[in-house]
Amino acid sequence: MADTHNGAIGAASTRVRKMDAAVTARLRGDTAFRVLMLALSFIAIVPLALILVYIVVRGASSINWAFLTQLPKPMGEAGGGISNAIVGTVILIVIASVISIPLGILAGIFLSERSQSRLGTVARLSVETLMGIPSIVIGIVAYTWIVKPMGHFSSLSGGVALAMIMLPVITLATEETLLLIPMTLREAALALGVSYPRMITRVILPSGMSGILTGVLLAVARGAGETAPLLFTAFGSPFMAANIFKPMESLPHTIFYYATSPYPEWQALAWGASFVLLVLVLALNVITKLVTSRWKIQF
Amino acid sequence: MEDSVLTNGKTILETRALVAGFDGKDIVKSVSLAVPEGRITAVMGPSGCGKTTFMRCINRMHELAANAQVSGEVLLDGEDVYRINPILLRRRIGMVFQRPNPFPTMSIYENVVAGYNLNGARMSRVERDRIVEETLRRVTLWDEVKDALYRRGTFLSGGQQQRLCIARALAMKPEILLLDEPTSALDPKATAAIEELVVSLKGVVTIIQVTHNIPQAARISDYTAFIHLGELVEFGPTKTLFTVPKDKRTEEYLSGKFG
Repeated sequence: MADTHNGAIGAASTRVRKMDAAVTARLRGDTAFRVLMLALSFIAIVPLALILVYIVVRGASSINWAFLTQLPKPMGEAGGGISNAIVGTVILIVIASVISIPLGILAGIFLSERSQSRLGTVARLSVETLMGIPSIVIGIVAYTWIVKPMGHFSSLSGGVALAMIMLPVITLATEETLLLIPMTLREAALALGVSYPRMITRVILPSGMSGILTGVLLAVARGAGETAPLLFTAFGSPFMAANIFKPMESLPHTIFYYATSPYPEWQALAWGASFVLLVLVLALNVITKLVTSRWKIQF
Repeated sequence: MEDSVLTNGKTILETRALVAGFDGKDIVKSVSLAVPEGRITAVMGPSGCGKTTFMRCINRMHELAANAQVSGEVLLDGEDVYRINPILLRRRIGMVFQRPNPFPTMSIYENVVAGYNLNGARMSRVERDRIVEETLRRVTLWDEVKDALYRRGTFLSGGQQQRLCIARALAMKPEILLLDEPTSALDPKATAAIEELVVSLKGVVTIIQVTHNIPQAARISDYTAFIHLGELVEFGPTKTLFTVPKDKRTEEYLSGKFG
């Protein structure tokens, strides 16, 4: 009797020891996984950090008031700035935004409201395809549409090209945001005798504002950095241009033009312009993050 | 079934052979019911019996689904609701849903007058203030929120949110208030507050409340309709229906044999 009792206790304690060992092994595996995860996350940050450091080191030295406010000097003269490129990029983005933001938001509303309709299916497919089209191809399209008939390069054609790049980003962000808005909110509005258009504009859109704004800002950031489509369209110009039917300089084009030149002073200007563009895009991303957290709607 | 003897008051809403469902499958099967004015009518039945679908036909929310179908008549003050513009109809018949759904972008104040604001009504500030205070007092929320009128409605507790939603519907001065299981997402204390509020609204507005909570129907309603498998099994004064049910199925449901 006593023997069997002790035997049972012995067997039980062996089992407990085995379980302890299993737990220890699992904890070790846990630690290993956590270390791996940290290492991989760190590796993911490395490329961005390297780019940032490199551009800041090479570019920041070019930055001064004259660089930001003066026009480029002719070849051979020292100094000169990129004010025309900064203004040009802003104008191009404004043109592209005026076209793509209303279109993109309206298309996004349509897709979220009528996703099952035939037009909805076709529209979604088109927008997703547009998202995947290389930007240089979009540049060629804008060239054939606008530059060819007009006979010369223009910032208008550049804006149209950028708009085609921004459009799918805005449309899909709007659609995804609106699809997340609970059905109960629409019902609340409709049950109060609110008409369908008013429900969309006064209830659904404000509720999805943070997501839509995020999409818009990301699209602007993306458009601001595009070079390829501008080569065929806005082209570039050493002068300050405000006429949207004339060629216009832009930051990405300045970088392309100066960086590929054989002159060290121009290459320094390219680094400076890269720095300005980087700050612009980073600022947009930070604003996006702030907007999303500030305007967060709790359902 | 729809004896006017039972209701001995004025009938405000009447359904005649109402059939409704989705994708050609009927969920509500020929329900004829006369709802007395100024009283609380409970529509009770097991889950999936069609009581919510029935209620959503009354303010034409049912037809918002693309695959919905409906036939039969719903008469509001003798007028066929399917001949009234749904937007105008829904201003006369308010609705409160299972889960509190205040507008998340609006303050408590704006939520109460949302029906006016969203419809673009022109009103003076004074008039708005009056409606907000009056309605919030009506739903016993005023004392709790009078110092937080400009905070978002979504900061309130679930029970307070639901009372805010009732206020939002009442602010439109509807003839009928539809309550679709308004306490199903709430704790017992908040449920009791809502029940008390509903009873206090008797005489102010006609109430039709859907519930699968048998004791709740018994506690608050004057009349009870029992719906099972899409059919109206029995309708009558709550006291009579709960004490001497005429139909065997009602008796079985009340004694917990199904549902």
